[in-house]
Formats: sequence, structure tokens, C-alpha cells
Amino acid sequence: MNRLLQYATLSFAVGLVAGCVTINIYFPASAAEKAADSIIDEVWQLAPPATPPQAPKEKTP
Amino acid sequence: MIRLLAFLFGCVLGTAAFAQGNLEINTPAIDNYKSSMGQRHAQLTPWYQSGAVGLAKDGTVFLRDPGAVPLAQRQAVSRLVAAENADRAGLYREIARANGNPGWEPDIRATFAQRWANRAPAGWWVQSATGIWQQKK
Repeated sequence: MNRLLQYATLSFAVGLVAGCVTINIYFPASAAEKAADSIIDEVWQLAPPATPPQAPKEKTP
Repeated sequence: MIRLLAFLFGCVLGTAAFAQGNLEINTPAIDNYKSSMGQRHAQLTPWYQSGAVGLAKDGTVFLRDPGAVPLAQRQAVSRLVAAENADRAGLYREIARANGNPGWEPDIRATFAQRWANRAPAGWWVQSATGIWQQKK
């Protein structure tokens, strides 16, 4: 009986670990898309505009 | 036994974090690539707009029409493209590594290639998965 319990525990553990490994091996495509979009946002918007805005002209009285 | 339980608990937590669907992209190395690419972007923009440089299907940038760059600037643009591609390669590699799966690099690269092309504004040139260059409408 004790032995059975041991086997059960062991297989349970193996199953859990296998589950974790499986999840970590498969590429999370939608998460990657989200990550890519957030990086692209930063890279393409971080830069100042190609044509710098002109300084406001001083008003001549 | 307690160690095993602790490990399993960590494992389950890790799984839960994955289920939330976020990749780790906040590391110092990734930040460095982002800011370096962000600063270079302003210099590359005119060449994207003129079509001299396009977004390639492998997630890199490509000097697809050197003739569209004045001779005097061609070397500088080549250098920009090379530097950008070095950063991009490093970025893809680092994202895969930061998420504990260096083997994901090709998938990360493919995802980025598709997203760069998708997000590019009208007028820029992008390469389709079959290798054909098209100007975005």
C-alpha cells in the first residue's frame, strides 16, 4: 500500500514536471506578437520626427 | 520532499505566468538594443521612405536599392543598415535567452519580421514571405 502511494506521488510529480516542460517548449506566438509590438512602438516612436518642428516665429511688434 | 514540493510550486507558478501570455522583455540588454535602435531610426527613416532600404522577410533591414542613395552617402547608409541588423540580431537572441529558451530565436525573428512589415507606414517597402518586395499602400 505504501508502495502504491509512492508510485502515485512519483507519477504525479513526473506529470507535473512534464507539463511544465511542455508549456515552456512551445513557442507562445501571441505573447511574442505582443512583445514585438511593444518593442516596435518604442523603437519607431522613440526617435524624434524626421523633420524637426520649426521653432515658433517671434512676433514682431 | 519539501524541496520537491517547493520546486513543483515554482513550476506551477511559472506555468501560471506563462498562461498570462507575457514574454520577458524588460532586461538591461533588451533596453540597450531598444534605445540604440530608436536613436538610429531617425537616420534610417528617409531611406525607408525613399525605398532605398526595406524591411526584409527575415526581420532585418536591407539596402534593396543602392541606386536610390547618392554615391556620397551610400557607405554611410550601408553602415547604418549593418548596425541596425546587428542590433536586431542581438535583440532577437536576447529575448529568446531572457525567456529561458535560446532555441526560440528563429520564432522571435519570424514574429518580428511579420510585425515590422505589418506596422510599417504606407510608402515603405516590405518583403513578403515569398521574397517579393512590395511598397506598402
